[in-house]
Amino acid sequence: MTSIGATVKEPGSSKHNKTGSWRTFKPILDKEKCIDCENCFLFCPEGCINKEYDIDYDYCKGCGICAEECPVKAIKMERE
Amino acid sequence: MEIPEEEFLAPGHRGCAGCGATVGVRLALKMLGKNTVAVSATGCLEVITTPYPETSWKIPWIHVAFENAAAVASGVERALKSQGKDDVNVVTFAGDGGTADIGLQALSGAMERGHNLIYICYDNEAYMNTGVQRSGATPYGASTTTSPHGKESFGEDKPKKNIPMIMAAHGVPYVATASISYPEDFMKKVKKAKEVDGPAYIHLHQPCTTGWGFDPSQTIELGRLAVETGSWILYEIEEGEFKITYRPMQRKPVNTYLESQKRFKHLKEEEKDRIQEYVDQVCAELKI
Ligand SMILES: Cc1ncc(C[n+]2csc(CCOP(=O)(O)OP(=O)(O)O)c2C)c(N)n1
Ligand code: SF4
Ligand code: SF4
Ligand code: SF4
Ligand SMILES: [Mg+2]
Repeated sequence: MTSIGATVKEPGSSKHNKTGSWRTFKPILDKEKCIDCENCFLFCPEGCINKEYDIDYDYCKGCGICAEECPVKAIKMERE
Repeated sequence: MEIPEEEFLAPGHRGCAGCGATVGVRLALKMLGKNTVAVSATGCLEVITTPYPETSWKIPWIHVAFENAAAVASGVERALKSQGKDDVNVVTFAGDGGTADIGLQALSGAMERGHNLIYICYDNEAYMNTGVQRSGATPYGASTTTSPHGKESFGEDKPKKNIPMIMAAHGVPYVATASISYPEDFMKKVKKAKEVDGPAYIHLHQPCTTGWGFDPSQTIELGRLAVETGSWILYEIEEGEFKITYRPMQRKPVNTYLESQKRFKHLKEEEKDRIQEYVDQVCAELKI
């Protein structure tokens, strides 16, 4: 079959681009304080916080949304 | 509501830190699941998620041009149908420029023909990908590179084009507005849109850190302020029945929303008053 245009055959391959290098501030999450509200998981633009609330620093761009949206201030932004 | 953990948009995309568009797509895809084909119009989302030879999409995704996302989605829907694949969701993600301006004719046609598809306009209220030019969805008073403020102008001089109501006028079975800052409300609407037989349209308000001028950490807060001030209203129209899905407890002054963004910083008191009056009028009609 001839294909017109460009085809990318590896789903999710942007994962090869580690955007963690963009970061100047790093979110540090304190699981002791966490009340399991899921805000950080829902609002992260990178989808790099899972439901155990582990942050994948390979991709976190340090936007600070998670810290801002945490109702109990369990996430602090620290300079890299 | 139980929200699936699985992500269908991979990280590594090139969106600005704090981009609201990818938040919207992540949440929508959680509701649609893996049995979904996505179509995008040209714009930020398309550019940031598919820097060749990479893609962030974990589901089949197609992009053709700026103006024809709804036509492409129509074709995909018809092709799947002719193969007997009636259980696949077809979703379009297009920007406000791609929806309110250049893609409007294709969208209107798709709505009119009654394709079984979901169209989500992610509205960041300007042409962001090309450097913040005004679109039909840019709100009154906003400064963009093609509606700049200065001696001769106070910014955009037209009100925001009401696309969801234009879609409702097509008589399609489901139309809704939503905001990335109210994820449960948005995701419930995506679920309804998925279940509807026929066209469903969702207009998703999405703050943009770069184009609006605010700190990336404030993306969600800005979306919330838009709704809490009555500047953006959350509703749905199901089979012609209009329903407000969220009412702010007490509406905040519009200025709390305006003053937190660079694009409105230049506005004088009288212009802000005019915006407040307009919002009051719309909210009074809707009893908000
Ligand atoms: C026919 C055509 N005209 C102009 C362009 C240039 N262009 C690419 S993206 C874009 C703006 C997209 O704006 P919008 O739909 O609001 O999406 P956003 O970038 O804001 O997410 C423009 C003008 C194009 N690709 N095709
Ligand atoms: S700082 Fe931003 S990118 Fe990093 S984990 Fe928090 S929300 Fe995600
Ligand atoms: S936002 Fe805060 S409280 Fe909520 S899940 Fe994340 S860390 Fe826990
Ligand atoms: S310009 Fe706005 S919409 Fe585009 S990637 Fe940046 S934050 Fe997202
Ligand atoms: Mg736009």
